[in-house]
Amino acid sequence: MAHTHGTGDGNEPDRRDVLFLATGAMGAVGLAATVWPLIDQMNPSATERALSSIDVDVSAIEVGQQVTVTFLKSPVFIRRLTDEEKAAAEETPLGDLKDQNAQNALHPDDTATLKHRLVDPERDFLVMSGVCTHLGCVPVGEAGDFGGWFCPCHGSHYDTAGRIRKGPAPTNLPIPVARFLDENTLKLG
Amino acid sequence: MGNIPQEHYEPKPGAASWVEERLPIGGLISHLQNFPTPKNLNYAYVFGGILVLFLVIQIVTGIVLSMHYQVGDEASFRSVEHIMRDVNGGWLLRYAHANGASFFFIAVYAHIFRGLYYGSYKAPRELLWIIGVLIYVVMMATAFMGYVLPWGQMSFWGAKVITSLFGAIPLVGDSLTTWLWGGPAVGEATLNRMFSLHYLLPFVIAGLTVLHIWALHHVGNTNPTGVEIRKDSIENVKKDTVPFTPYIAIKDLYAIVIFLILFVAFTFFAPNYLGHPDNYIEANPLVTPAHIVPEWYFLPFYAILRAITDDLWIMMIMPFTAKLGGVLAMFGAIAVLAFVPWLDTSRVRSTTYRPIYRWWFLLLVIDFFVLMWVGGKPAEGIYPIIALIATAYWFIHFLIVLPVVGLIEKPLARPETVEAAFNEKHGIKPGGDKTDAEASALQPAE
Repeated sequence: MAHTHGTGDGNEPDRRDVLFLATGAMGAVGLAATVWPLIDQMNPSATERALSSIDVDVSAIEVGQQVTVTFLKSPVFIRRLTDEEKAAAEETPLGDLKDQNAQNALHPDDTATLKHRLVDPERDFLVMSGVCTHLGCVPVGEAGDFGGWFCPCHGSHYDTAGRIRKGPAPTNLPIPVARFLDENTLKLG
Repeated sequence: MGNIPQEHYEPKPGAASWVEERLPIGGLISHLQNFPTPKNLNYAYVFGGILVLFLVIQIVTGIVLSMHYQVGDEASFRSVEHIMRDVNGGWLLRYAHANGASFFFIAVYAHIFRGLYYGSYKAPRELLWIIGVLIYVVMMATAFMGYVLPWGQMSFWGAKVITSLFGAIPLVGDSLTTWLWGGPAVGEATLNRMFSLHYLLPFVIAGLTVLHIWALHHVGNTNPTGVEIRKDSIENVKKDTVPFTPYIAIKDLYAIVIFLILFVAFTFFAPNYLGHPDNYIEANPLVTPAHIVPEWYFLPFYAILRAITDDLWIMMIMPFTAKLGGVLAMFGAIAVLAFVPWLDTSRVRSTTYRPIYRWWFLLLVIDFFVLMWVGGKPAEGIYPIIALIATAYWFIHFLIVLPVVGLIEKPLARPETVEAAFNEKHGIKPGGDKTDAEASALQPAE
């Protein structure tokens, strides 16, 4: 470079080298700044981002019944666990779990005990994402080897608390931000 | 253009010369028409031509379909039904496009396995081969996105599963899937961008095809003997080759007619045989079909994706989950093809002269069909084990068999030249003297 443009002895960087590099660096920054909008346009638009919370009336759900609602374009299961299902979930030692994190947005660091999986430990509502953590299919309820959910796509088995027990899925079905506004109204998001 | 000596093109005086001095297109056309092609090519070599034809068929039917197709949560499914019922001849165009994709893949698999059998990837054709692998990868992306467009149940859940694959990538997985989806899950935004890319990618394939054919015309075709044609003089080139037109062109056309008969038979008499009935149900984000499977041409790699589970010993020592393991295995199974030129240690190009390797090659072909079959079965019972064994062989073949057999095998004697192989096969005496009248009929005119 120096000996093609330079007026000096060919070894020391000269004014033209500085200009050359500075122009190149400026060009690279300009290119990155130009390309970014082309990439970022694919991220969720304001329309998508606006749909971030819903209220659900849960008064009609019976024990042992599951209701599926759409939240953020994906299914969310709301299930009232039976006593047997709660007992089965409580009796499972943590050591048997593939994923020992509660995967609960409100309890990010807690272990995957039934208490940390329920919206309210005093009540029997299990509210969780209905999207298999493997590749996104919707698991079928009251199925699989552990009496919980079974994903028909690639054979992941979840237990009665929605925890992954067998198959290719890496984590428990995640629990979204969810809380009761009153006795019968559940707020998601 | 290439390094094969060819007759120099002399444009006729007048308009042809005027154009040629400004744009040497006459020379290019003459080069393509008269391209010296080995005279011993067999019918395994017809798929390249078929593939070019199918790229054109897909682009033409696709462009006219897009004149009636609409993108949208409800619009997509409705507009596809509109094409099927109301657009004049719309059913034919859509069935031709859908079955065209299948026949495109039949031809590409035949083309790839022909290349593997005759060692078409060996020096100096490594780049030619790698460009081919790239074309195959872009073809798969294009076919996948096209399958999403009708927005049926299989479209939707196929899109969900395949885009979720990227979620397995550590650290950036979640942001990457959100970026791909353009929302919290697969939806209208995802569909819209897939349509855009489905329209774009075929032209990328066309561009890569130009590079593929350019590289081919620079180094020349392989042939069933694997012996290079002599390139030292025009006289020797003429002894080993025939001009592409008319000899190879007519042969390719004959194969194209046979292939098109099969294609139209499917299009008219069994248009949905290769599809899935579930895709005639509108996309429903709350219900996954009981048995989701990709189109047949993806099944071998889908089987590899599913074969990796946490209970494998290899996954116990790996620092990542089975989900990422499956994704890596699937992409690895395709990527390994790009390294074949360096994994094959044999000094012989054609498997015809490789007495040991040919059996392993046969096993690879069987393995491919086993993977295809098991990929369409549910992931339970005996099937996961079969998928695992077949997956293991796919990698063993390329990473162990191909390098090792090349070193230990003693190849059979090969003919000196393409001309000698041709003459021996057709009973022609060296020097061009014919043994009988039949042979003279077989030898192409010069």
